[in-house]
Order: sequence, then C-alpha cells, then structure tokens
Amino acid sequence: MLDRVLTRHPQVALRPEPFGALAYHYDNRKLIFLRHPDLLTVVQSLDGRRTVAEALDVAGVASSRRPSFLAALQSLLDSEMLGEPALTR
Amino acid sequence: MNQPSLVDDLKSGLDAPICLTWELTYACNLQCVHCLSSSGRRDPDELTSAEAFGVLDELASMQVFYVNIGGGEPMIRKDFFDIVDHAVERGIGVKFSTNGAYLTPERAQRLAATPYLDVQISLDGLDAATNDPVRGKGSYEIARRAMDNLADAGFGPFKISIVVTRHNVGQLDGFKALADRYGATLRVTRLRPSGRGADSWHELHPTSVQQREIYRWLLEHGADVLTGDSFFHLNALGEQPLPGLNMCGAGRVVCLIDPIGDVYACPFVIHDEFKAGSVRDAGGFSGVWRNSHTFRELRRPQSAGACASCGQFDACQGGCMAAKYFTGLPLDGPDPECVNGHGEPALKVAGPHPIMAVDHSRAVPILLSRR
Repeated sequence: MLDRVLTRHPQVALRPEPFGALAYHYDNRKLIFLRHPDLLTVVQSLDGRRTVAEALDVAGVASSRRPSFLAALQSLLDSEMLGEPALTR
Repeated sequence: MNQPSLVDDLKSGLDAPICLTWELTYACNLQCVHCLSSSGRRDPDELTSAEAFGVLDELASMQVFYVNIGGGEPMIRKDFFDIVDHAVERGIGVKFSTNGAYLTPERAQRLAATPYLDVQISLDGLDAATNDPVRGKGSYEIARRAMDNLADAGFGPFKISIVVTRHNVGQLDGFKALADRYGATLRVTRLRPSGRGADSWHELHPTSVQQREIYRWLLEHGADVLTGDSFFHLNALGEQPLPGLNMCGAGRVVCLIDPIGDVYACPFVIHDEFKAGSVRDAGGFSGVWRNSHTFRELRRPQSAGACASCGQFDACQGGCMAAKYFTGLPLDGPDPECVNGHGEPALKVAGPHPIMAVDHSRAVPILLSRR
C-alpha cells in the first residue's frame, strides 16, 4: 500500500467536518466518514502523482499512527473512492 | 486513532446535514392512511420556483451531497423537473419518492437521461388486496405501471420502497423477488405513528413476533436491502447490529424542509414541538441548521431517562423520538415498540397522542378497510 500511487475518483466530493470529513461518491452513492482531519489532508494529497507514503508525510502522520490510516485508505479503495490514476480517468 | 465513536461525533451535529428530506408539496393524488405529512391538499403558501432554486443554491454552498425529495406527490408540481435540473446542475444528487401516478413513459425517459438521480416507487403490498387498503384504490396498479415504465426506459436500478406493516411482513421475500425481477433495489422502512399514521399505527404496526422476523430478515439480507437505518430499535434483539448508523439523526445529521419552507428535525416530526425555523427566515436554511434552539437542544447530550437502567440502551439508543412522541410517550423513555416489552405497559398509561397542527388531508373520511 505505502508505495502505491493513488488518486481520488473524479466523482468523489469531500466535505470538511469537525471530526474530519465526509466523502461522497456520486456514481455509486457511497458515503464514507474520514474520521480525522489528517486523513482528509492525506486524501487531498493523493493527486495521482504522490505515493501513499508521500501523502502520509505531507500530513505529518507518524509511523505509529499509520496502521489506522492505511485501514481507512483501504476502505476508500474498496468503495472505489480512491484508485490507480489510469483506472479512475 | 483514539477518539470518540462515530455515533458520538455525529450526535453533536454536523456543519450541514448529510441527508435532507424536502417535501416539495402537500398536494397528493393519494391519501395513504400512514402518510407522514398528512398530505392531500396543496398549501397555498408553498415555496415558489424561485424560492426553491434559492434553497438549492444554499444547499450547494453548504455542500449537501443529495436531497431526498418527497411530498405529497412531488411530480404534481409543474416545476418538478426544473427543480430536479437545478439541483443536479449544482452538484446536488436527487433521490425522490413517488407513488408513480405521473411517471409516464415519456417522463421515465427524461428521468433515465438525468444524472445523479434516484427514483423510489412506494408500494406497501405485493398485491392490490394488501396494498390498496393502505395506499388507496388503484394505487397498486399505478405503482406497477410506473415500475414498468422505468424498466422500459432503461432507467437502471430504481428503488422499490416498502413501509413494513403487520399485513406485509410476510411478503418481504416476495418484495425482494419483485425488486430482483426489475433489477431494482429494495428499500424497507419502519412504520411511524406520524401524520395520519398517528391514527392507523395501532392497527398497522408489526407485532412483537413480527419484529423478530424483521430483524432476522434484515440481518440475512445485510447491505443488499436499504433501510434508511430506520430499524435501529431492533438492535436490542441480538448480538449483531443491523447495518447502518445506530442512532437518531434528527437535527444532528438529518432534517426536513416542508412545502412551505418550515424546517423540522426529521421527516417524522412535522409538529410545532420540533420546528426549528423556516428557510424564509433572514438567515435562510443554514441559519436554521446552525443556530436554531430546537437543533441545538437535540445536539446536547440526551438523557436515557427510564431506559438508563436497561442493559440494552447502547444497542437500541432508546429508539425513535417520533414514535414516542406521537404515541404520547415521554421522549426519555422506551420506544412504543421496545423489543424488551417496555413499550406496551407505557402505552397503556400514555396520555392522548399530540394533535397534528399541520394537516393537509382532504375532507374525506379515511377508512382502513380490509377485504
């Protein structure tokens, strides 16, 4: 996961909230809670050029916190909110 | 990430609703006995097209992802498609409920061509004999014709929306099969004693044996069947919670805008007690959402009251506020359909249910007559 280059699906919108953010996928109508402001920063940093590890660095996520962030990113992958750049264009 | 649970986060409210219901009109061709909004006659003070567009612009700026449009029968409004198009153009998805009476083949094609649009057709029985006593004579045929029209137009997976009653619990498998045949998605929701439901609830709500049947059936079908997360009071029946959010979202993550622009805590509480303001107020909808006294109160920690001593409170959260209020029960006590049986004795000593202040029923007697 750490060395994967990911990007947000073009039909996904992010809405900041006090606890982090809501992510909504307009195509498959899925709604996911990003439950930390840093997770929002990570997701916003995944622009199809950065790796997951680089995005975690941008948000200043220390290695001890990474497992929970990686689990959250996996659920975003499973719901097709994130994907490989080529697959989501 | 050590932090409070998601439910705790949400109970204190969000910057904007996740999901907002907007009843576009009180006008309706039907007169269902359980109508949450006591619809029938159009209200002369209904929001104009321009006002409706203004509300949508505001929702877009608050980044509300989608609205649930209902009524009354929303397709009765002459500007129905203008409102839908205005929402979609601003990136607001539309999910709308209809009884199908105005869903002609031509309109089905127009709906099929609109992105970000979900349609749900209401149906409360697998046959006219079960459906029509609740929804009105001919309403079964109307709904099925609308489904045929959507299927013929290639709409894709529309939704079939069932309110679960004592008389259709046994048809859940049949409803699922019907949805599968159409390539549709089944949505089942809880009957509330709201609107005209206050008068029909006592003879329509599922029995306690049926509640267990519903719980088992929903667990079996998991996320394949939509529920609007409305059955969380059943979670006290077992170890395994039903899919979805286990909480009352009223005024915290959901709310309702009625046809004249009044804002209520949820679609099931169209009553002064839960009115938060109006989109016509100076601060608009966002002012009501952020600052209304009603919503601020709902976002404060709530007392478990009489339920505090029950070991199951975490599972059921005390059930549905509307179900309690409209059966005359205290809000900090058990749900009238409490699965541990605390509702029935409470109902025996409950006062009369509050009278609906907002009633657009037509002046014809509504009889729940079963053949």
